[in-house]
Amino acid sequence: MGCLIFRKKEQAYVEKCWKDVQVGDFVQLQCNETIPADILLLYSSDQNGTCHLETANLDGETNLKQRQVVTGFFHQSSEFHPEFFQNTIVCEMPNNDLNKFKGYVTICLPCKLQKVSNIVCCNVAQSNFHKIQGIQREQPDSKKIGFSSENLLLRGCTIRNTEVAIGIVIYAGHETKAMLNNSGPRYKRSKIERRMNMDIFFCVGLLFIMCLIGALGHGIWNGSFSEHPPYNVPDVNGYYLSSALAGFYMFLTMIILLQVLIPISLYVSIELVKLGQVFLIHNDIDLYDEERDFPIQCRALNITEDLGQIQHIFSDKTGTLTENKMVFRRCTINGNEFSHQENAKRLETHKDMDLEDADWAKCQQAIFPAIEIEKQATLKQKSAKPLRRCQSARAHVPGHARKRSLGRCDSSQSQVAFSSTIEKDVTPDSRLLRKVRDAALQMESLSPFTSKATFSSTTATTDFFLALAICNTVVVSTATEPRQRVTAPPLMKPSGISLERIHQLFQRLKLANLSQSFSSTQSRSDLGASFETEDNKENPAAPNSCDKDDDNNGGGRIVVHRKDSTGTHNTSLDEAFESVTQGSLQAEFCYEAESPDEAALVHAARAYSFTLVSRTPEQVTVRLPQGTLLTFDILYTLGFDSVRKRMSVVVRHPLTNEIIVYTKGADSVIMDLLEDPARDGIDVEKKLRRIHAKTQKHLDCYARDGLRTLCIAKKVLSEEDFEKWANFRQEAEAAIDNRDELLMETAQHLETKLTLLGATGIEDRLQDGVPDTIAALREAGIQIWVLTGDKQETAVNIAYSCKLLDQRDTVFTINTENKETCESLLDLTLEEVRKNCGIKKSKWTFFGIGLPSSLPASTGPVPEFGLVIDGKTLNIVFQGELERKFLELTKYCRSVLCCRATPLQKSKVVKLVRRQLNVMTLSIGDGANDVSMIQVADIGIGISGQEGMQAVMASDFAISRFKHLKKLLLVHGHWCYSRLAKMVIYYFYKNVNYVNLLFWYQFFCGFSGATMIDYWQMIFFNLFFTSLPPIIFGVLDRDVSAETLLSLPELYKKGQNSEIYKLSTFIIAMLDAFYQSLVCFFVPYFTYEGSDIDVFTFGTPINTISLLTILLHQALEIKTWTLFHWITMIGSVVLYLFISTVYNAVCVVCNPPTNPYWIMENQMSDPRFYLLCFIAPVLALLPRYFVLALQGTFVACPILKAQQLDKLPKEQRDLEIHLWRTKNQATLGTSSVCVDEVNLSTSNVCLSPFLHPTASAISHDNLGLSPQDTNPRREWILNRESQYSIRRQTEEETTSASSSVTASPWQYQFLTDRNASPGQFTGQLTDGCAERLNRGSHRRSVSAVTL
Amino acid sequence: LLSAGIALPLFFALGLAGLAVGLGLHFSSGTIRELELDYTGAPRSNHDCARCTNASATSGPCLCTLRFELAEPFPGPVCLYYQLSNYYQNHRRYGVSRDDLQLSGDPWGLRVANSLFNDTFTLHRLVNGSFMPVPLDSRGISWWTDSNVKFRNPELVNGSLATAFWGTAKPPNWPCAAYLLDAGNPNNTGFVNEDFIVWMRTAALPTFRKLYRRVHQGNFSAGLPHGTYRLDINYSYPVLPFKGTKKVILSTVSWMGGKNPFLGIAYLVFGSACILTGFVMLAVHIKYQQQNQMDED
Repeated sequence: MGCLIFRKKEQAYVEKCWKDVQVGDFVQLQCNETIPADILLLYSSDQNGTCHLETANLDGETNLKQRQVVTGFFHQSSEFHPEFFQNTIVCEMPNNDLNKFKGYVTICLPCKLQKVSNIVCCNVAQSNFHKIQGIQREQPDSKKIGFSSENLLLRGCTIRNTEVAIGIVIYAGHETKAMLNNSGPRYKRSKIERRMNMDIFFCVGLLFIMCLIGALGHGIWNGSFSEHPPYNVPDVNGYYLSSALAGFYMFLTMIILLQVLIPISLYVSIELVKLGQVFLIHNDIDLYDEERDFPIQCRALNITEDLGQIQHIFSDKTGTLTENKMVFRRCTINGNEFSHQENAKRLETHKDMDLEDADWAKCQQAIFPAIEIEKQATLKQKSAKPLRRCQSARAHVPGHARKRSLGRCDSSQSQVAFSSTIEKDVTPDSRLLRKVRDAALQMESLSPFTSKATFSSTTATTDFFLALAICNTVVVSTATEPRQRVTAPPLMKPSGISLERIHQLFQRLKLANLSQSFSSTQSRSDLGASFETEDNKENPAAPNSCDKDDDNNGGGRIVVHRKDSTGTHNTSLDEAFESVTQGSLQAEFCYEAESPDEAALVHAARAYSFTLVSRTPEQVTVRLPQGTLLTFDILYTLGFDSVRKRMSVVVRHPLTNEIIVYTKGADSVIMDLLEDPARDGIDVEKKLRRIHAKTQKHLDCYARDGLRTLCIAKKVLSEEDFEKWANFRQEAEAAIDNRDELLMETAQHLETKLTLLGATGIEDRLQDGVPDTIAALREAGIQIWVLTGDKQETAVNIAYSCKLLDQRDTVFTINTENKETCESLLDLTLEEVRKNCGIKKSKWTFFGIGLPSSLPASTGPVPEFGLVIDGKTLNIVFQGELERKFLELTKYCRSVLCCRATPLQKSKVVKLVRRQLNVMTLSIGDGANDVSMIQVADIGIGISGQEGMQAVMASDFAISRFKHLKKLLLVHGHWCYSRLAKMVIYYFYKNVNYVNLLFWYQFFCGFSGATMIDYWQMIFFNLFFTSLPPIIFGVLDRDVSAETLLSLPELYKKGQNSEIYKLSTFIIAMLDAFYQSLVCFFVPYFTYEGSDIDVFTFGTPINTISLLTILLHQALEIKTWTLFHWITMIGSVVLYLFISTVYNAVCVVCNPPTNPYWIMENQMSDPRFYLLCFIAPVLALLPRYFVLALQGTFVACPILKAQQLDKLPKEQRDLEIHLWRTKNQATLGTSSVCVDEVNLSTSNVCLSPFLHPTASAISHDNLGLSPQDTNPRREWILNRESQYSIRRQTEEETTSASSSVTASPWQYQFLTDRNASPGQFTGQLTDGCAERLNRGSHRRSVSAVTL
Repeated sequence: LLSAGIALPLFFALGLAGLAVGLGLHFSSGTIRELELDYTGAPRSNHDCARCTNASATSGPCLCTLRFELAEPFPGPVCLYYQLSNYYQNHRRYGVSRDDLQLSGDPWGLRVANSLFNDTFTLHRLVNGSFMPVPLDSRGISWWTDSNVKFRNPELVNGSLATAFWGTAKPPNWPCAAYLLDAGNPNNTGFVNEDFIVWMRTAALPTFRKLYRRVHQGNFSAGLPHGTYRLDINYSYPVLPFKGTKKVILSTVSWMGGKNPFLGIAYLVFGSACILTGFVMLAVHIKYQQQNQMDED
């Protein structure tokens, strides 16, 4: 790949390869270009000095990020001239932390514009800092300007929405953060093969012993003669070897003779078998994604069987579990819930929408049942609209388009984040829509200027949507020019009307509109026209102009009001607009947000005609349902951070001139910051309390549905208050020390006494079948961890909604940045968990001792704990050598969530679990940030999602949907494992069996290394006669049918516990091989003993018997007989007879000194041969057959039972499977009763010393049955810094107190202030907190020590 | 899928078949008459051949005789075997030292096994007080394919086998050169000498017998009647140095070869074991079905 690098020779930017980028180069980056190195941003074409990035390649987040030009360079209005750059840059040594970066630029004040020889030096000695210098001389009067990761463009990201950006390369090549996060590929070897290698050593040992016996035997035999017998042939010179030497030679001879014991052919066969398995997996139609035309890709050919042995799955969240599409689902405003049923329905049917118009029309009718019949005609017209919009959206959404299969080469270019159909089209709730309309009416009819904020629901509704539209950091761009940021209302270049002109038009329109509404005596229908918006799904009351408009506009457009009653000047304006709209406004707004839920909220607001039109750092423009464009001045934006868990925007209302703070944040936080209802009289207080309670109830309801909840609140500031605060804020911003803390403080100062407007529920849509898949995988005994770079809240929400965490689970959250805290928290949690798992633990160890795992109970008690941990804590865990404690804890946890984890951390976690717990791991992810984790795991699975192909490239298997994992593991994994494991065992058995025949013969030939089988026959034996059946077996055998495996995931445990190929089965196979070889050798031996049999006539029946035995042994293993099986089985025998006969007939002297001539023919005319060939194999296989028959009778293991089920007719089988499952669930149920008891004890434990301060409160609640007890979700925050908080969720407010003890879920949350030192902590304790803590007796000291 | 119910009939069937075959084999083996005569002549034994053990190979052949009684007649054809024990003809280096190409007619580099068994036997029957020789047929004792296909004499040179063998040495232990093995009979001399061919078919086990002659001619075409016989042995093959024994065996043959009770017994044991297992299976099956019914109830 190439990029533009400044060359001082040419004084211009020259196209160079990425590999030529060096530290200190100036790089010019264009829009949509991928950044070639870590670059410090020095110039951006954006007037605000920002540059937009898409970081999907690094962290999987597809939203836009902003990067700032380094402060000192920001004011350069002119072009950036690299040749005049003469500053020294000092920065950190290269490291892998994506989020941390700091350094400074020394700017020399007397900036002579001299040409610089751009010397770059990395001065490592200077306090571990990396120095890049324009000029090396130190300037005495220089000024240092700091920069941070806000100014750094990381390699791998993509420039968006910025035409040109220029920067200096800080790190290049392998020193870039992206590369340092990449741990490189690993050679993967499957578990079976590793195990097999061990057993090969066993075989080597066996071979050695056999050779030793041969050597010793020959030595002794040789020494037993006083003189040389006639059959002892001297060497060429007539000398005889001494016994010792002869023994030694014999050792070597025996190695050559018996080397077949080392199954070299096994390796070849395994490769062939795996090839066949991969072929079958690849051709599984169930793993084919029709929508994307993407079959499963098996990129690794050598680890198929590992799929059947997975114990831990590490999954990415975004794009893997979820579709990475946030959809607005429900909202509650002022205590009224709007369930958006239609929206839910739409979401369910969104797939069909693409396919069938009729369905959509039906759906539409269902959505608007209340609409009058006479409007049907208009409706029908409209019903076509969403379809069209779908398509327009699809054009640039790869996920939904078939285009991918057509070889769209540049995936990143045409990707637009968060703009798929389902996200954009929000079907408004009809009730709410009416309300909005009423509110708008009211706004118009009443004076908006006399806006005393009476707490009417109508203004709350308006405010709610205004907040949704304003309180965010969404960037507006248009669909026609993707990634072109709209900083002003859409441009209309074709019409030739300047931006200013349009502004004026709007201004005038607005005024006119307002004046009209002021003097309004308008009829209702006229007013209705003012609601007319671009939103196509509504407004039955629209006059015919509406349809026209709709037809003109593809969706997003600037609204034109036309009113019959408008004055003449308006008419002319309208005409002007007409031309404008008709000309160009096909453009659709694209909202690109820092976080996808923001975009969803903006889309939701737009559905109710509160359209965000443009946003600049200073202003934000919103179009109201009336069509008015309101431009708010943004006074401050307090961005989101995970500590505050909220963001605020301070704006000045253009009409009322009020200063309003809109706040949006996590419900847990906002609900505590609401104004005290007791302020204005008893009525208001009651009302407010009721609203709060109702909202809380709705929030709980949302959370239970797995929705991401956000509360919206507002606050009106008086001018003086604002002034005060603004000064405060400016000071904080100017501060150098403790800047972050001060900023935080000011933010917290502002965000108090809020008025609750409402709350929203957003769904991060899970991919199809994710909960089902997770449930099945879990039932299969696989532990699932989620490692995500995403926010903790989001991750937890998703975990709940995909059933990774259950509402009943106890969830431990550990967030800390302090080693001691972390350690003690781990200890505490571990202690708790151990207490609760006491019973289980004894059980586990009981099984650990080695009770046969045939008992289903071993799978019974699943630990009902969840653990949430964030990246910083993970760092502590890794640095502080707390890995063992952490792992110990996770062993008890049903699922573990690691949030905010960097790619390297992800891979570290995987590595840790793989190494320490010695388990088989599987990583699944879709983004470049998952690459290292994919590479580190035993199996890496890439999801070919929307985030490029890097994960796929690094993966061993690439699938298109998470749900495919189910069949891939449960069916193919199981099959591949059991096939290959059985095949490996069989090969060992086969070789030992065959080689032993030769070994036994040594006892009858003076350990001379003679063979009774012609060596061509020996070679053919392994090469042709017995090689195909095991290969066919390895490729095709299905011990249990796919349906049964899918419906009974517990069958997977067979592979997980390596039950087929382990030491015991191996030894049994070896013993069986010994037994069988004894039979195969000695039955003919005794038959021919003392007769005139010659060597090869003796060997031929042995060979034949052994062939039959080995093949019949295989036949006993085969569970599915296909035509291939029959052909290879019978074919092998026929081939043997044929080749032997022909060979023995043709080879008169072809193979001296052996003498195979006519032996087979001779034998085949001897009835004894047939008698032998019957009795010996049967005798050899009898014990095995007997044991198998007994096993089959008693059905000791689930696999056998499943096999029996497979034989049943379908209906009966389904019934049986159902019975089995219910039986299992019954056993699980009993165990869950235990768990409930455990839960009970948990709460008791909570009441006792653990977390004492709140425990008293809880106990009070539980016992006192106070009304608050039924308050669904409460959070006790022990102090302002959220040092230690326990959040308690109860199921429903209807839950009775007694049941809430057992059934209520508990969520402990250990939150520690990241920056607070113990001293600070105690110092900052407010009185109330201190008091509360004091109640907590000795426990407080613990927390004080901990923090 | 295997289970007791399915395996049951198989076991019984196998068992019955095994018993049937076993009985057949047993009886068939029982009809075979066999007589072993050890003539090793261990030192300090009062065997007639004991005196020959001390005679060196160079001192010429040593003759000893052996008298024996046939209590019952041996139906023909009767085979006369010699048996060596502790003789590792299957020793690898011994086996490797042969040259099949040579044996099939290529005269170059003669390296014939030095250790050809060279004791000879003649059998006499006491008829009316005098020993009448029993005609022993030396033809047809080897495999037809060996004597007709595999083993070939080199091309005659000037109509003489001796010249064809010109330049080859007599194996040190042999009394005469290869082309003199059965000098009178051109079809049985040199490499195609059947005694030689029989010897060259390497025995599989250290104790082996090899067919020496067959009795199926003249008065003895119906076999050997009971009576007294005398075996004259031209004793020259030393076996004592390697603690071997030498035997002469008279045996009748049946369709299943020589006398060996093993196969019959094996089938009988196998059959009874199968039937026994079948009963075990039956018990298991019945018990399991009861258990199943209980479970369902």
